[in-house]
Amino acid sequence: MAVDKDMSVLIVDDYKTMLRILRNLLKQLGFNNVDEASDGSEALGKLREGEFNFVISDWNMEPMTGIQLLREVRADEKLKALPFIMVTAESKSENVIAAKEAGVSNYIVKPFNAETLKSKMVSVLGEF
Amino acid sequence: MLQVIGGDQMVTDKAGAVVFSELEALAEYIRAAKAEISALRPTEVKDEFISSASDELDAIIEATAEATHSIMDAAEAVEEVIGAVDEKAAAQLTNATTMIYEACTFQDITGQRVTKIVDTLKHIEEKVDSLVAAFGDDKDTKKKTRKTASKKTKTTKAKKTADKKKASDEDLLNGPQLSDNAKSQEEIDALFASFD
Repeated sequence: MAVDKDMSVLIVDDYKTMLRILRNLLKQLGFNNVDEASDGSEALGKLREGEFNFVISDWNMEPMTGIQLLREVRADEKLKALPFIMVTAESKSENVIAAKEAGVSNYIVKPFNAETLKSKMVSVLGEF
Repeated sequence: MLQVIGGDQMVTDKAGAVVFSELEALAEYIRAAKAEISALRPTEVKDEFISSASDELDAIIEATAEATHSIMDAAEAVEEVIGAVDEKAAAQLTNATTMIYEACTFQDITGQRVTKIVDTLKHIEEKVDSLVAAFGDDKDTKKKTRKTASKKTKTTKAKKTADKKKASDEDLLNGPQLSDNAKSQEEIDALFASFD
């Protein structure tokens, strides 16, 4: 089944430039229905109130980090199956292991390119 | 017997004199160290140099963010006219703007690296505070800093006790690694795949 490019995507990062980069790269991939949050707690509020199909989140944010957001999402009955990609500068093995154990769908290390973003999205959502 | 006791007393007095002399030398050494540290004006280092360096670093983050947004404004303006050109030119322009967006990720990494340096400076500032509390530039500073240091210690202890789980999460907040230590996307992918 083809991926619906009208799906609602939530991007989460505390750097406005990174949100803008992600939004533009997603637009180039055909995903225009994109909303933003600047940390985990704002994202969690939006996810609980809205209908999102996919999350791309940074790790290192305050007050709620990306890994805390991921744990909250996986513990929430309504949100637990939500595809969730971590995009972060945290590249240590223990970070990848912690994210995987928390149920992350895929992991992108910053700085990244558009091709990496697309390939990880394809691996999580399917071909588009 | 009295002679022996008298002899012992003599030995004790001699040893006591040696210990006293050593202690006096030690006290003089500490006094000199205190004077030297005070002469270094640790409060000045903290208030002027460290504070100024933190401000400069914050300005770097702000300037790179502004520049990055300007670059992206231009790239977005290019994207707006892509529909008006032929297919080949459109593909070329799209590739070029993608490369611009990818390059702009430098700002996020730069910002995180600078934040790490600012955190290090804050740590040094705390150490200087402790130094001032111990030796001081003047009496007022000494009192003030002691109060702050004691308050900080109490807060830190309470925080540590109250939230041990958070501490383990904090261990995972290291920011960007230097290129020698950083894992590539390929290494991350291999590690990620090893779970399947």
